[in-house]
Amino acid sequence: MQPIATTFFFYFLSALTVLSGVLVITRKNPVHSALALIVALLAQAALYLMLYAPFVAGVQIILYAGGIMVLFLFVIMLVNIEQSQREEQFNKQWIIGLASAIALGALFVFVFAKSKSLFPDRGISMPEGSNTQQVAVLLYGNYMFAFEIASLLLLVAIIGAVVMAKKRI
Amino acid sequence: MEWHGFRRALRDGTNEGLQPWGRSSIAPITTLHYLVVAAALFVLGVIGVLTRRNVVIVLMSIELILNAVNLNLVAFSRIWGLHGQIFAIFVITDAAAEAAVGLGILIAFFRNKETVNVDEINLLKW
Repeated sequence: MQPIATTFFFYFLSALTVLSGVLVITRKNPVHSALALIVALLAQAALYLMLYAPFVAGVQIILYAGGIMVLFLFVIMLVNIEQSQREEQFNKQWIIGLASAIALGALFVFVFAKSKSLFPDRGISMPEGSNTQQVAVLLYGNYMFAFEIASLLLLVAIIGAVVMAKKRI
Repeated sequence: MEWHGFRRALRDGTNEGLQPWGRSSIAPITTLHYLVVAAALFVLGVIGVLTRRNVVIVLMSIELILNAVNLNLVAFSRIWGLHGQIFAIFVITDAAAEAAVGLGILIAFFRNKETVNVDEINLLKW
């Protein structure tokens, strides 16, 4: 039996995510864009909770809303945004860009309308309480090598960011 | 309980006739709903990347695109097991690395050219 709260919260969180996404790409001030992006990320974390993925939701909140967005705001404070706010916000090819993006959206709509039977409605039942444990078993079992490669990637990113941002090595 | 619908579902392998609420109009939330939301986020991110001139907002649009992909992966992990969630975690790791390196490049660029306009980055342009 489908509870009605699921439907309500799905539409509420989806509308919040999409509206915040629209605000991200239309605001003139980058700080406002970053704040809208934080709202979108938090609403998406709630959508993950609705999909029985509490560990991914926690990672999303801690890493995205807590880490990456602080980095973004910090860099926005470092660069000079007064001058860029006075300039034109959209580039000269914006009509072509918008048209190709809308064509991409039409392609998505076409594929989803055609392949409706490809996506089954009923999923496997996953216990929410042991989600973190199962993710950990997969992460340290099947995906051990990819996990180590990810740590190497983060090391490379740290060194690269320091090399790029430092004035003189 | 609609017994005929249930028997038809058993026979044909579809759940077309199964409606838990009888003739209620509220449709349950399926995987396709989540895919549509993710596609909308993806298109918004593509619009931001293609039309904005501010590099910071272009990077934020890339984050929107990665989040749309993550939503797809987690929605599919509802159906086919936990592997999608693992991949979503790896995508988040990639997003963190990309944001760090991209913002480092942005700071270096701003130090040289005193602007954040993406049209000014044209030294390698043909």
